Amino acid sequence: MTQYSIQNTKDSKLKTEEMVLNMGPQHPSTHGVLRLELVLDGEIIKDVIPHIGYLHRCFEKHCEAMTYPQVIPYTDRMDYLASMYNEFGYAVAMERLLKIEVPERVDYIRVIMGELQRIASHLVAIGTYGADIGAFTPFLFCFRDRERILHLFEITCGARLLYNYIWIGGLSHDLHPDFIRLTKEFIKDFRPNVKELNELLSYNRIFIERTANVGVLPLETAINYGVSGPNLRGSGMKWDLRKDDPYSIYHKFDYDIPVGKGEKGKVGDCWDRYYVRVLEMEESLKIIEQAIEQIPEGDVTSAIPKRIKPPEGQIYTRVENPRGELGYFIISDGSLNPARVKVRAPSFVTMQVFGELCKGWMVADVVAILGSVDIVLGEIDR
Amino acid sequence: MKTAEEIFNQLKEKFGSSIIELRTDKPVESFIVINPLEIDKICSFLHDENDLLFDSLMNLSGVDDANGTKEKDEKGLETIKGGTLSVYYHIESTKLKHKLTLKTSTPREKPEVVSVTEVWKGADWHEREAYDMYGIVFLNHPDLRRILMPYDWEFGYPLRKDYKNPEFYQGMKVPY
Amino acid sequence: MGLLDQEFTEGNIVIAKTEDLFNWARLSSLWQVGFGLACCAIEMMATSASHYDFDRFGVIPRPSPRQSDVIIISGTVTFKMAIRIKRLYEQMPDPKYVISMGSCSNCGGPYWEHGYHVLKGVDRVIPVDVYVPGCPPRPEALLEGLLKLQEKIRNESIVKPIRSGFVGKTA
Repeated sequence: MTQYSIQNTKDSKLKTEEMVLNMGPQHPSTHGVLRLELVLDGEIIKDVIPHIGYLHRCFEKHCEAMTYPQVIPYTDRMDYLASMYNEFGYAVAMERLLKIEVPERVDYIRVIMGELQRIASHLVAIGTYGADIGAFTPFLFCFRDRERILHLFEITCGARLLYNYIWIGGLSHDLHPDFIRLTKEFIKDFRPNVKELNELLSYNRIFIERTANVGVLPLETAINYGVSGPNLRGSGMKWDLRKDDPYSIYHKFDYDIPVGKGEKGKVGDCWDRYYVRVLEMEESLKIIEQAIEQIPEGDVTSAIPKRIKPPEGQIYTRVENPRGELGYFIISDGSLNPARVKVRAPSFVTMQVFGELCKGWMVADVVAILGSVDIVLGEIDR
Repeated sequence: MKTAEEIFNQLKEKFGSSIIELRTDKPVESFIVINPLEIDKICSFLHDENDLLFDSLMNLSGVDDANGTKEKDEKGLETIKGGTLSVYYHIESTKLKHKLTLKTSTPREKPEVVSVTEVWKGADWHEREAYDMYGIVFLNHPDLRRILMPYDWEFGYPLRKDYKNPEFYQGMKVPY
Repeated sequence: MGLLDQEFTEGNIVIAKTEDLFNWARLSSLWQVGFGLACCAIEMMATSASHYDFDRFGVIPRPSPRQSDVIIISGTVTFKMAIRIKRLYEQMPDPKYVISMGSCSNCGGPYWEHGYHVLKGVDRVIPVDVYVPGCPPRPEALLEGLLKLQEKIRNESIVKPIRSGFVGKTA
């Protein structure tokens, strides 16, 4: 794959005109209802103008009308591939605002759930990325494993996708008696599957040709745009809020932060961003294993406040969601409803840099680049 | 690694009256209040200065302070006159690992803030969103259009506290 | 397939009504528009993937509305999107069917009250054949919705219109 510089084509004697191609909102590879306006010079991308808002569900308005605990089901529906982590972030923010200490068992369960959710989310990202590029089999394999995780969530809280499980100051229920056993079984079965996935997809020649060296995101640009999560780590920066802005009990575990090394091409290309996710799943498995070993007994509902009425003030808290930095900015005016909740959605920020990534590539590469940044439209539009 | 107070003193020395005050009375987080028409200069100073290096904008949020006078019309619908809209900036330095919150307030009738897209490109969509939801105009912004709502939405700014929903949009009924 | 092989090897003849044949053919290969909206789209994907296997009912996603028979409205319909959904529906060839999946597209779901940008029910822009409740509906619920739609198609007539929109009640 080669990146074309637009100046060269301008010099050619053939007179060309710009063409505008519309992609989406109904397109199988836009991961939802994203609309991209591609400005083309022949087959080469000159500019990409994303149009968003096709799934704008007024989350922030709802927060102002709801009481603090009632906001939690709505946070689920923002990033619907990582619902557990959205609740986690909101609960952490509210606990800091209210200055609540949660029991240790709650923290352990939250970490286990959060990391399981991270694996489930990455499995969807990897599976659909393969499907976008033309490898359909990994999609089925990834969804097979994801079903196992969803089953674990289901026995815990009864829902497959949107949980309402992590509450302010605690959890809605304790774990199911079978949970620990089933999770151990899952980890045992899943480890070889990651290897299988690597053989099927990561080191597949066609896949590498489509993704290596494509859509390189330089680190300086990434930071200036505020890109975070696996996309930033793919560009070679060791930045993970679990270590760099610690919350919950992540300091108790031993795990690595994988970064893109440019193994198949340049640092920060699509393959790097993809492979960081594969490695992160293994790191999450490590965290879950340790957490299961150490989990203490205790009550999970004891610290839940009966009536939540925080003092006047404001707080910005962020957590490392599977897609990057998920921030909650909450302003309280001393009443039962929040005065303002603003969500800093990682995909929203990442989507801004997308135009830069695509410039000079072919139309077919847009799909490869879009899949590699792994966006969720529910979170972009909120 | 610097505290908000140190940064406040440093800014006060450099910019004088554009830096209005440091608020520490509210619990949890302290923030610096600054002049909306000087924010681009202050931010580029914060971005470039060697011992500050705020290279990343975490979040930018518009807020309706709802501190004007509330008037009710004959239908009981509330409108707010006067008061302010605010913009909060949460910035951090990934190299020096410190964070800072800036706040700027602008009158509700003519909300204008200078854009910081020159400093952090990531501010672009955040500012468009603040414009879309609150009608805050960001001066010098390269492409200030609505972002989440339809481009032809002409019924006001939905996150303002006194927003009223229309009855119909393009022939589709809006209320339940 | 052993049973059917023996049935047809000796040149047997099957006699059926044209209507029944058409309906049987239509209901056994409903191609859906490959199109997702929100959270429910993930469940729809899970339904098509391993474990639930939508394919066994003849449902496969087609990327183009012009080649599809059924559209599954899987998620919240906003005003910005409603205009596009209407366009998509108009592009589909007849006979076409609509499954409304999830509370949001049934009636606005959790966004019914304060959702200033949410269309409260996709049936305000296009006609719906089957409503699947849930937020999000489980894959089994979507399968049930599809079976209901098949039942509806089975009782369709090419000469007289269906008496009422109710599923499972023959005229």
